Amino acid sequence: MSTTDFVVHNPVEDLLRQDRVPTIWCPGCGIGTTVNSFAHALLGQDIDLSKTAIVSGIGCSGRVSGYMNLDSFHTTHGRAIPFATGLKLANPELTVIVYSGDGDLTSIGGNHLIHAARRNIDLMVVCVNNMIYAMTGGQAAATTPGSSMSTTTPYGAFEPELNMPQLVDAAGACFVARWTSFHVMQLERTMAKALKKKGLRFIEILSPCPTYFQRKNNLGDALTAMVDYKKRSKIKHGCHTWETALEPGGDIIVGEFVDREREDYLTRMRRQLGSHYSEFPEQTEEEISEGACSEC
Amino acid sequence: MHADQRCVLTGTHFINGDAACCEGALSAGARFAAGYPITPSTEIVERFSARAPQVGGLFIQMEDELASSIALQGMVWAGQKSFTVTSGPGYSLMMEHIGYAAITETPCVFVDVQRGGPSTGLPTLPAQGDMMQARWGSHGDYLTIALTPNSPQECYSLTIKAFNLAEQFRVPVMFMMDECVGHMTEKVVIPKAEEIEIYPRRLASKPPGEFNLFEAGEDLVPEMAHAGEGYKVYVTGLTHDKRGYPVLNPKAQHELVTRQFEKIRRAADELTIVETEEIEGADVVVVSYGITSRVAQRAIQMARDKGLKVGKLRLICVWPFPEKLIRELAPKVKALVMPELNMGQMVLELERCAGGKCQVISVPHAGGTVHKPADILAAIERGAR
Repeated sequence: MSTTDFVVHNPVEDLLRQDRVPTIWCPGCGIGTTVNSFAHALLGQDIDLSKTAIVSGIGCSGRVSGYMNLDSFHTTHGRAIPFATGLKLANPELTVIVYSGDGDLTSIGGNHLIHAARRNIDLMVVCVNNMIYAMTGGQAAATTPGSSMSTTTPYGAFEPELNMPQLVDAAGACFVARWTSFHVMQLERTMAKALKKKGLRFIEILSPCPTYFQRKNNLGDALTAMVDYKKRSKIKHGCHTWETALEPGGDIIVGEFVDREREDYLTRMRRQLGSHYSEFPEQTEEEISEGACSEC
Repeated sequence: MHADQRCVLTGTHFINGDAACCEGALSAGARFAAGYPITPSTEIVERFSARAPQVGGLFIQMEDELASSIALQGMVWAGQKSFTVTSGPGYSLMMEHIGYAAITETPCVFVDVQRGGPSTGLPTLPAQGDMMQARWGSHGDYLTIALTPNSPQECYSLTIKAFNLAEQFRVPVMFMMDECVGHMTEKVVIPKAEEIEIYPRRLASKPPGEFNLFEAGEDLVPEMAHAGEGYKVYVTGLTHDKRGYPVLNPKAQHELVTRQFEKIRRAADELTIVETEEIEGADVVVVSYGITSRVAQRAIQMARDKGLKVGKLRLICVWPFPEKLIRELAPKVKALVMPELNMGQMVLELERCAGGKCQVISVPHAGGTVHKPADILAAIERGAR
């Protein structure tokens, strides 16, 4: 037996559209690492993958949906959540995951994130935060920390950065967590846990962007970023989300911050409507041909 | 196939155009909708929010029109028929997703109950100022279908038509009402379910693995598969190949855009949906649509009373514009007169298609109310000279 015959099958491959590889992501980018954790989390679930849909917006992280061998929806910039909302409400049997970036979900799509959390729509929302608009070439984002350099902040940024966990917690999400792309095992476990919950689940993942964020700010390569994440991260499960703001150079508070039970949108709707809601069973062939249902 | 009896309120009703549009959507098989309140369209979703749960559907009031116009497409890709309802300012916000529906070939209906504009304009008063927006509003090249009802009865029947055309061509269909038609209350007859023809969604005829979501046959309209059916669909707003995979080059762009154009273009005859009256031998033909056609009817009658030979051409499907019909008609008449509740939008198409073969007289109106029949009559008389 020659060594070339020896093939190790990576179970994650079954979850990827092999004909779409290689990805567009740069060397050292953390998005692919998060996808690996996500795929592992998904494989460990007792859910029907043919009834699992993934929805993205626009941007580097917005390409995730297109690499997953699931029902993939690559929507418009910022609008992954409302698309996913329609998808889930019209077919509650689907497991729907939104996977997108910080600019997409919190800036142009920020309002949708707030209202999805308020409604507690049964979606898992994964937000890869690389702290910059990477697809368009490194512009400042609502998440760009401190006085960081970007192509649109050549004298350093001066807008305060958004604290995502606090936002979605305040809006009512039933599960809120944050990890970095260094925490691959923790991320997988958190994703697995989130996949089992019902309601709006939000996971922020810090990811390096060596091409733009790291380079523009002389922060070294992706490996340096991993060392930095390892050093600065403090795991604080159950931490108040107002204590999770990201300070430049300061601690990165990670962990599962919010895990509460709250009725999701459809459950609440059914309860509220009571007898005003009627199930709508599929008509039989006979009923269709006769133009009336058997009870009428 | 015909309509599902459980969704059809068969009988004679005295309701307004908005309510009739809602019933039309239900008869067409739409049980899901997303929207955001805006006058004068809100009554449609108010009624729908009461009716939909009775048939296992729902209305979700989204946070804005951007969200509504994409949530409805999520509903479609989940296997449902769906629509959204708005008026001018909201319609402007929806443009992005009309483009998304066009490139992803998502069958759905956008209802625009037109009011005076631009911007906030005249919220409770009529206009027909969004007619060009219905055709050109989203960026890039695409074709849509747009219908204009002129009565509550047509708000019912043409809404069904709009859904049917959306399914037949896998396109977003614009349903261009106006405030008058929306708020006008008249008799609306809803037929028996078995008398209502429904164009069923063209579902994948091949199993997963052999099926391509954007591969079209003879008529250039691809079949559809939904999320959760095992097809692992790939839907993107990027230029894509027959599998739906992004392919960002001129060849893929050419193939995709020309096919999407051609599937509508080659159906031009089928999509020439008009109402005509005495256009044979007429000296002047009044071309109108929506509420304006009813004012024009009065002006035409007044002109005929004066002995003028006047015909009526009412556009029911405004986009695609009935180009062939106008090209044939123009050399036979002295003038085409077009009143509309805008500063002259569809008249540009009319002029283009008339090609200088006859006079084309625009009767513009900034909106807020309807024309005075006398103003249209004056234009008819000018054209007849």
